Amino acid sequence: MIVYILKRLAVAIPTLLVLIIVSYMLMHFAPGNPFSSERAVSPEIMKNLDAKYGLNLPLWEQIVHYLWQVVAHFDFGPSFVYKDRTVNDIIAQGFPVTLTYGFLSFIAAVAVGVGLGITSAIRRNSWLDYCAVGLSIGAQVLPNFVMAPILVLIFTLGLHWLPGGGWSFHDPRFWILPVIALSTSYMASITRITRSSMLDVLGSNHIRTARAKGLPNRKVILRHALKPALVPVVSYLGPAFVSMITGSVIVDVYFSTGGIGKSFVDSALNRDYAVMMGVTILLGTLTILFNLVVDILYAWIDPKIRY
Amino acid sequence: MKTLTALSALALAAAAAAPALAQSDHVPAGTKLAKDQTYTYWLQDDIKTLDPDLNQSVEGNEMLLQLFEGLYDQDNEGNLVPALAVSYDLSADKKVYTFHLRKEAKWSNGDPVTAQDFVYGWQRVANPKTASEYAYYIQLMNLENADDVVNGKKPVTDLGVKALDDHTLQVTLSKPTAFFREMLTNATTFPVPEKVVKKYGDDWTKPEHMVTDGAYTLKTWDIGAKIVMVKSDTYWDAKNTTLTQVTAIPIQDTDQALRRYMAGELDRVQIPAGQYPRLKKEYPNQATSHPYSCTYAYRFNVGPNGPKALKDVRVRKALSYGINRDIIVNKILKGGQKPAYTWTHWDTAGFKAPDIPYAKWSEAERMKKAKALLKEAGYGPDHPLKLSITYNTSSDHKKIAIAVQQFWKAIGVQATLSNYEWKVYLDKLNKEHDFDVARVGWCADYNEPSTYLDVNVSWSDQNSGQWDNAEYDKVMKDSTTAKDPQADYTKASKILADDMPLAPIYAYAKADMINPHIKGIFTKNVMNYWYAKDMYRTAK
Amino acid sequence: MVFDETKMNSLADATSQPDVAGRSLWADARRRFFRNKAALLGLGLLIFVVCFAIFGNYIAAWNNSDIDYNVMGDASLSGPSLSNGHYFGVDDLGRDLFARTVQGTQISLLVGIIGSAIAVIVGTVYGAIAGYFGGRVDGVMMRIVDILLAIPYMFVLILLLVMYGRSIGMLFVGVGLISWLEMSRIVRGQTLTLKNRDYVEAARAIGVPPLTIIRRHILPNLVGVVVVFATLLVPLMILTESFISFLGLGVQEPQTSLGALISEGAGTMNYGTLWQLAFPLFFFIITLFGFYFVGDGLRDALDPKER
Repeated sequence: MIVYILKRLAVAIPTLLVLIIVSYMLMHFAPGNPFSSERAVSPEIMKNLDAKYGLNLPLWEQIVHYLWQVVAHFDFGPSFVYKDRTVNDIIAQGFPVTLTYGFLSFIAAVAVGVGLGITSAIRRNSWLDYCAVGLSIGAQVLPNFVMAPILVLIFTLGLHWLPGGGWSFHDPRFWILPVIALSTSYMASITRITRSSMLDVLGSNHIRTARAKGLPNRKVILRHALKPALVPVVSYLGPAFVSMITGSVIVDVYFSTGGIGKSFVDSALNRDYAVMMGVTILLGTLTILFNLVVDILYAWIDPKIRY
Repeated sequence: MKTLTALSALALAAAAAAPALAQSDHVPAGTKLAKDQTYTYWLQDDIKTLDPDLNQSVEGNEMLLQLFEGLYDQDNEGNLVPALAVSYDLSADKKVYTFHLRKEAKWSNGDPVTAQDFVYGWQRVANPKTASEYAYYIQLMNLENADDVVNGKKPVTDLGVKALDDHTLQVTLSKPTAFFREMLTNATTFPVPEKVVKKYGDDWTKPEHMVTDGAYTLKTWDIGAKIVMVKSDTYWDAKNTTLTQVTAIPIQDTDQALRRYMAGELDRVQIPAGQYPRLKKEYPNQATSHPYSCTYAYRFNVGPNGPKALKDVRVRKALSYGINRDIIVNKILKGGQKPAYTWTHWDTAGFKAPDIPYAKWSEAERMKKAKALLKEAGYGPDHPLKLSITYNTSSDHKKIAIAVQQFWKAIGVQATLSNYEWKVYLDKLNKEHDFDVARVGWCADYNEPSTYLDVNVSWSDQNSGQWDNAEYDKVMKDSTTAKDPQADYTKASKILADDMPLAPIYAYAKADMINPHIKGIFTKNVMNYWYAKDMYRTAK
Repeated sequence: MVFDETKMNSLADATSQPDVAGRSLWADARRRFFRNKAALLGLGLLIFVVCFAIFGNYIAAWNNSDIDYNVMGDASLSGPSLSNGHYFGVDDLGRDLFARTVQGTQISLLVGIIGSAIAVIVGTVYGAIAGYFGGRVDGVMMRIVDILLAIPYMFVLILLLVMYGRSIGMLFVGVGLISWLEMSRIVRGQTLTLKNRDYVEAARAIGVPPLTIIRRHILPNLVGVVVVFATLLVPLMILTESFISFLGLGVQEPQTSLGALISEGAGTMNYGTLWQLAFPLFFFIITLFGFYFVGDGLRDALDPKER
């Protein structure tokens, strides 16, 4: 197991390296310039800007320099567009926000999704089952850029319960709408997966045996059915967790949370190479890390899998 | 309002901690002020920098007007109001200005504001090492040696600005410039605290380091979430400053911004295109609209990369006549914009529009004339003119492009739409000059027609259609030394209408929802300048 | 892009079993599919949507790009009406929403189907090759998949659309290329099992070239999983396209997509023009419902579990 983890970690490093180089080149060859604006900038001033940000160097030199700064100093450089900020500043400000609402969304999605999925599997074909299935399919097909304004219309303009946007680490009322908007579709998927996998497990021989032995229903479900039923859920949760904590552009755009999702898309659109790279590296690292965590968890839940 | 957001809760706490408010000069006697003296406004995009020497956006400038103070402010009508310059002398050749500075002005760290801070700031903008996109503003001001300094041919110390003593600033221009003082209300010309900038480098505008000389100081700045400014006690006129906190919130989606205004979370927000008449009816004392000095136009590419057809002035004229500006203004935007027939915004100070016949024609006449001109130029049903319209991603640009495509269809022109994402669009326009017809917009840097007209001279970087007209260049050159430059501006505008390098479409208006309890806000200023220090919030 | 991997693998196992004597797998599956009410409903919805997309233009009184100046810019006149031929009302610019919804449905279906076809084809071929050749080839090819899985895919898509301009072809390729990775993993796993079957070994022994073996003996066994995967991928592609449209990177005007129409309609939903959201959203939702139901039904039909 430990050998396996070490091996996976060893692969992670070249993976990241490739990710950095490929993204840098993609970015570099994209048309557009971080410094262009509605008012054309004269060639002289453009030259000064390129010199200041090191864009006048050959491409390989830029990449090597960049890698050196990142590896040796953990310094992702200054933002090309937010002139007063470094990439480290931007990530340090935005990532905690994203992490907070992403993590809360994850908890909410898992708690509600697994709970609803198990309940509707146990009470198959009851009205509760139908509601759960209907809701989860509905939530999966409603784009969240439609849901976000509906939430604001209901909870902010209609009921006056919650602020329509903004962020505060101290006031949970700011967290609720982003969490609902982000978690709903994941919640729906988790409900569906849990339900169908629970149904499979409940129909399997070992549960029938357990039932036949006369164990109480509750015990059968908690002791015997739950763990195997969660195997497919766990494999879904890994990527889902990563995509939730890396945030949502739509949440950031609609609710002005200041999270990292919007920084990411904005940096691509603004050609803010430095921020773009910083965020890509962050997201790439998280993806690799959590894929590993999921695989380890998976091995723990399902000992049949060997490495 | 049931919802008390944490923002305003914070603000309340701040207000409660402050001593009882003394009534400022700006507030009429007998006004009942609200306890909570805060103002929260909307930004479409976050501010990219709060360094006055690096800023290039209108929104950034707005915010810098609150944080810093320069030589002059503007009033509601756009007239100059002495800020740090109490008086000035002008030499006989109109090239040397000597400003006498306000002696009681202080930075927020307690240091006095000196003439040296201006010199340092201006030199910093021009310095190639600073690499400011707005260095061109210093060139535009015609400061002596500005071009050579920006291009690195001369040291920054050669720039035509000197501190004669702590409170006397001497500026030398390369040629008389009529609008020179008007340019001094822009944040690019504001002083910066040399000691602080040198100590912290690029970090000096972080809230914990930033030192400003205006009525407000920066408290927090969370990118994408909010910027908070609080009243500065060291400001020389602090006793007349009523609002204690000014907050800006970036919300990209204008519809969502309006929802949050309706929920009471914002005091001012832009009205989305098309919604002004409805809101004016429902909220007559909140929906406002006033002229705003920007112009929207379609530029024709007459340069080497442009299509052959557009080199024919008849085609350009036909295309311009074919655009139904009334429909764009009255049925799409509906926010108090006006159809434009001149590139210069109609409400620019001193501007006298020339006589432009097609402005007065009826729609039917314009269509008839447009068709006739196209026929004359050799285009017709069997040989239709084909063009592409280039615009950048935005729902308003898209709507106008679609409408124009339909208008042109009616005169037999087949236009395709080419929507590019912002940075690609800029390259196509300004670098590669690779387009047929492109949407362009221009906002005034200062309230004078030359800010618009200079864009079209053959050597301008902004002249993306590469229009080259010797007569126009000459008129614009002459205007800088003319006794009455306005006559030259009118002449230049006439040339634009006759040769049609671009088709002006509409003159901007600023249509906003403003909380009726916010008073002292400018409602006429065409540059859309506003000063929080003049504003206050009345009690309900 | 996340699928319930366990189910997919189980399905693949089920469909690649050698036929037992008696009725074939496919005949059984067809019978089970037509007994599944949800699947039939889904099929009905899909037929309706496809007919709407194909024949809608014959009913439309207007085309999708002409502006009706009589109703333009007046919310009170621009609602749905039979008398002026705007059955679904008009959009913000006075263009007929019925014609635009028809056209948007066409684009959304195309993006969904072609995108998913690209994903499935690339994924299947890649996975089959990796699995069949095994060893070092497999190691390298799967490492590449791991690396690609770590790249935040929105970044790639945005860059592609930005770099190569917004063309519909780019959109197909863009959405397709992000989701072939999972497909390739499933196919590889199945190929690893299949290549040890007797008939494959026999073919190899008589010198049939590897690519022919893959084509003749491996791929036909994967048809079931490919079809199900493709069907379930279509709604995800359509959702992705709607997000791209929300970012403003979608198809070029006057073309539109359901996502673009919904995004426009969602902005103005509380300005008294609700039909601008309602009609496109209705078609969007029933399309997604249709694909989900049919996909689930196919899977259950091909991989029956004792329940």
